[in-house]
Amino acid sequence: MALEDLYREVILDHYRNPRNRAALGQANAVADGHNPLCGDEVRVELLIEGDEVAAIGVTGHGCSISQASGSMMGDAVKGRSIETIRILTGRFKGMMSIDGAGDPGLDPNRPGAVLGDLESLQGVRKFPVRIKCANLPWTTLEEAINNFVASH
Amino acid sequence: MIDTDAVRGDFPILERRINGRRLAFLDSAASSQKPVQVLDAMADIYRNSYANVHRGAYTLSHEATEAYEEARHKVAVFLNATSDEEIVFTRSATAAMNLFAYGWGLNNLKSGDRILTSVMEHHANIVPWHIIARHTGAELRYMELTDGFRLDLEGAQDRFDERVKVVAVSGMSNVLGTMPPVGEIARLAHEVGAVLLVDGAQLVPHAPVDVQTLGADFLGFSGHKMLGPTGIGVLWGRRALLESMEPAEGGGEMIRDVRLYESDWAEVPHKFEAGTPPFVEAIGLGAAVDYLSAIGMDNVLQHDRELTGYALERLAGVPGLSIQGPADTVDRGGAISFDLTGIHAHDVATILDQEGVAVRAGHHCAKPLLRSLGLTASTRASFYVYNVPEDVDALVDALGVARRIFGLDGP
Ligand SMILES: Cc1ncc(COP(=O)(O)O)c(C=O)c1O
Repeated sequence: MALEDLYREVILDHYRNPRNRAALGQANAVADGHNPLCGDEVRVELLIEGDEVAAIGVTGHGCSISQASGSMMGDAVKGRSIETIRILTGRFKGMMSIDGAGDPGLDPNRPGAVLGDLESLQGVRKFPVRIKCANLPWTTLEEAINNFVASH
Repeated sequence: MIDTDAVRGDFPILERRINGRRLAFLDSAASSQKPVQVLDAMADIYRNSYANVHRGAYTLSHEATEAYEEARHKVAVFLNATSDEEIVFTRSATAAMNLFAYGWGLNNLKSGDRILTSVMEHHANIVPWHIIARHTGAELRYMELTDGFRLDLEGAQDRFDERVKVVAVSGMSNVLGTMPPVGEIARLAHEVGAVLLVDGAQLVPHAPVDVQTLGADFLGFSGHKMLGPTGIGVLWGRRALLESMEPAEGGGEMIRDVRLYESDWAEVPHKFEAGTPPFVEAIGLGAAVDYLSAIGMDNVLQHDRELTGYALERLAGVPGLSIQGPADTVDRGGAISFDLTGIHAHDVATILDQEGVAVRAGHHCAKPLLRSLGLTASTRASFYVYNVPEDVDALVDALGVARRIFGLDGP
């Protein structure tokens, strides 16, 4: 049944026990994202050292999909270079696009850009109104990185 | 009593299956469904009598104009207005309240004056006042709620003073279902010389409203929440006040004479209806008013109340569910908002949709209210003439599915 595709156990686990949830004391890149439709809010804080995201904090509130996506995103981007994160972001959004079936970005062997748990969010694609929820943390992450790059 | 079988037969959309399930449409507070009578009335104009109103001296234009003014008359009778001229057609409740805010507020308020509203308002009755306050220097004040989700009129007594020039409150909260005592608010407002605007977006579709006894000076509402089409709303106002009110928009239809550097306005209500009005939509609203009148608004209120009572009872049995709104059906309409511990409203709505149950999830365009309740989102089920107890049962069953998926029923 479609609902089970959406609410995979790993998603519910990230929702109940979100990782990277703490606000960063020493962030040097921040962005706030919100979905005016449903009121979801997310804040992404990054500590960028050199060209690498050394630490990430994802806070806010919202539905299971936006929260799980943010939690998994934190795990996936921590310790990665900005370039890798951009690739990862592209892949994630590709996976979320309605025609994303068979997206080449899902090759789990590609070094440095593994979606891992994030693949569990594939089922969201079947629920078009929820795609925005899954993308919200990523769009906010992109904005935080862009803010950082623009000011450095 | 409403013959719900007969009523349901008038709403073709209710036959739709959603994700293979029977549709339980529980989002009429956002927008209601439309009976064939409304669809036919609009189609009839487009097919047989369509031409612009108040212009052409030819048969079609004359027929369309007659039908448009007939719709105004139907709305006037529905509200027991003193005359048809007290009915101003607008695009929506939002447009009606903006018309009042700009037409009346912008020209009558000044620095030191106060606008008194309540925390349970829809954004349509808050944001226009933010704008008007900024333009005029007037100050916005709020009435709060009691712990029982009623308007705390007791606690707000001291907020009614001579500085208050306008009181703007909802006749029924789209989130809480609360119906505040408009007559009592009117007395307090009029005692200090303020005018009272009632946001009737939820009240007018769901309860009998007689403007002779309501107490309000202005009343705004939308057609689409009362079986009518989108794109049409009404601002009712006391004639003398409408006559002294400035138009908020200029253009065709609303003038008596236009010269190079000035113009004179037409009589009410036309001076507030600049441009080609949504007359087919107004005619649709007229048909909706006919439909509701045939049922009887007392019956509509009673029907909603019975369903609300049944739903409150059944929802009380759902573990982890808390309702934001009065716990009984006294002075309460059929909009029930709730929070389910451990499941976000957005997830609730997705799961319910899979079960054929359509509800609203989010902030319901009442962010200040939700914030004051410590929430960012909630789920809302709302009822109308075509809902039956089976819809409530489908809701409760689907909430059980949601709890199971989120593992809330224990190991
Ligand atoms: C209480 C209340 N006021 C105003 C509105 C605005 O109505 P509309 O969007 O039709 O202009 C609504 C509709 O959501 C409402 O429920």
